[in-house]
Amino acid sequence: MNYNWNWGILFEEQYFNWLLSGLGWTVSVALSAWVMAFTLGSLVGVGRTVPNRLVRTLCTAYVELFRNIPLLVQMFIWYFAVPELVPDDMGRWMKRDMPNPEFVTAVIALGFYTASRVAEQVRAGIETVPAGLNAAAKSQGLSLGQTYRYILLPISFRLIVPPMTSEFLTIFKNSSLALTIGLLELTAQSQQIAEYTFQGFEAFTAATVIYVCIALLATILMQLLERHTRIPGYVGKEA
Amino acid sequence: MGDFDFQVIINSLPFLWQGLQLSLWLTFLAIIGGLAFGTLLALARLSGIRTLAFVAAGYVNLIRSIPLILVIFWFYFLVPLALGRPVGGFQSALIAFVMFEAAYYSEIMRAGIQSVRKGQVHAGQASGLGYWQIQRYIVLPQAFRNMIPILVTQGIILFQDTSLVFVVSLRDFMTASSIVARTEGRLVEMYLFAALVYFVICFAGSMLVRYLKGRMAT
Repeated sequence: MNYNWNWGILFEEQYFNWLLSGLGWTVSVALSAWVMAFTLGSLVGVGRTVPNRLVRTLCTAYVELFRNIPLLVQMFIWYFAVPELVPDDMGRWMKRDMPNPEFVTAVIALGFYTASRVAEQVRAGIETVPAGLNAAAKSQGLSLGQTYRYILLPISFRLIVPPMTSEFLTIFKNSSLALTIGLLELTAQSQQIAEYTFQGFEAFTAATVIYVCIALLATILMQLLERHTRIPGYVGKEA
Repeated sequence: MGDFDFQVIINSLPFLWQGLQLSLWLTFLAIIGGLAFGTLLALARLSGIRTLAFVAAGYVNLIRSIPLILVIFWFYFLVPLALGRPVGGFQSALIAFVMFEAAYYSEIMRAGIQSVRKGQVHAGQASGLGYWQIQRYIVLPQAFRNMIPILVTQGIILFQDTSLVFVVSLRDFMTASSIVARTEGRLVEMYLFAALVYFVICFAGSMLVRYLKGRMAT
């Protein structure tokens, strides 16, 4: 294996800036999509547990649809197909005037996709709340909305912090798929550096190290959150 | 929407079928390879040999924190370099998937192996079986049985993941759909059709998981 090492290449201004801007896009796509996925996923997850059958069916359909189609296909549909399917004026706007089309599309695609996974965690969380609590709420005369607001959601959201952590880490990794529609995020930038300089080893190592740092940082943050939100004496690690 | 062109899909079916075969074949081989390597990783982590366990854990955590696309790029770059000659895209992709999935499979295996009660191992030792015999005849068969539903789920995820070979233009189902979409200028039809095919296969897979889970519960 003969290979010319040149780690200095990573710190040349041009390539260093590429990595930095790639990191910027990765973080902004992941965080924006997370906000969307968390909001929508919570609604859909709650929707799967309500008594109304129609709402339940619709929410289940949402989860099955978005979970069983690869993210890459979804990304392409949002980017290439949706502008053709919406009314003409809107399609024209999406193709011509929408600011940052790659970024917006990536966030939408990743957001809708991750929402289906978040919804599953939220549903599982609500279902692990003991049935007795629900019955107790009813016997106290709480309405359905009140039961969710004061009993089910506060407990279940604190229970699902660990599985949510892994979804949160996954969204950073999945944001790399944005490169398929031309967004130069971290993976794309490292690939570009490899192509320009033939220093693939250094370029991919840089991206790998940065991703590992993101994962470590996110894990630490989520562990702090977990410690902060833990329900003392409730099921979990110590119980 | 009125000018949805079914003809373009029908005309390209043989080409797409070739792509789908590659996707399925890649999935199948990656599951076999990933399971084999993943089992070794899991055994290494549970071996009680400190260095071995440490290295295996490091590998698993490293792979699990980087995106699959980056892993694919890595192996497209590394495999030819390590062998000193160009190799086909399929081999590089397969190695990338095996190395990547093994990390996930090893976590599943580890949980599965730990679900087999310690008494079983002790009974094996008392009967005079060696380490590998205990794993081969006692621990792994029971562990596998407990893990079948989650292994199938992971297989579905892997099948979806194979679409990512698109980034290195390997002609799987996704790349084939995209080639037709571009050359025929029929993006809407082809990508919706691709979504439909993936959905049908993966949904059927998740029904199978539900059936398996139901059967295990009894």
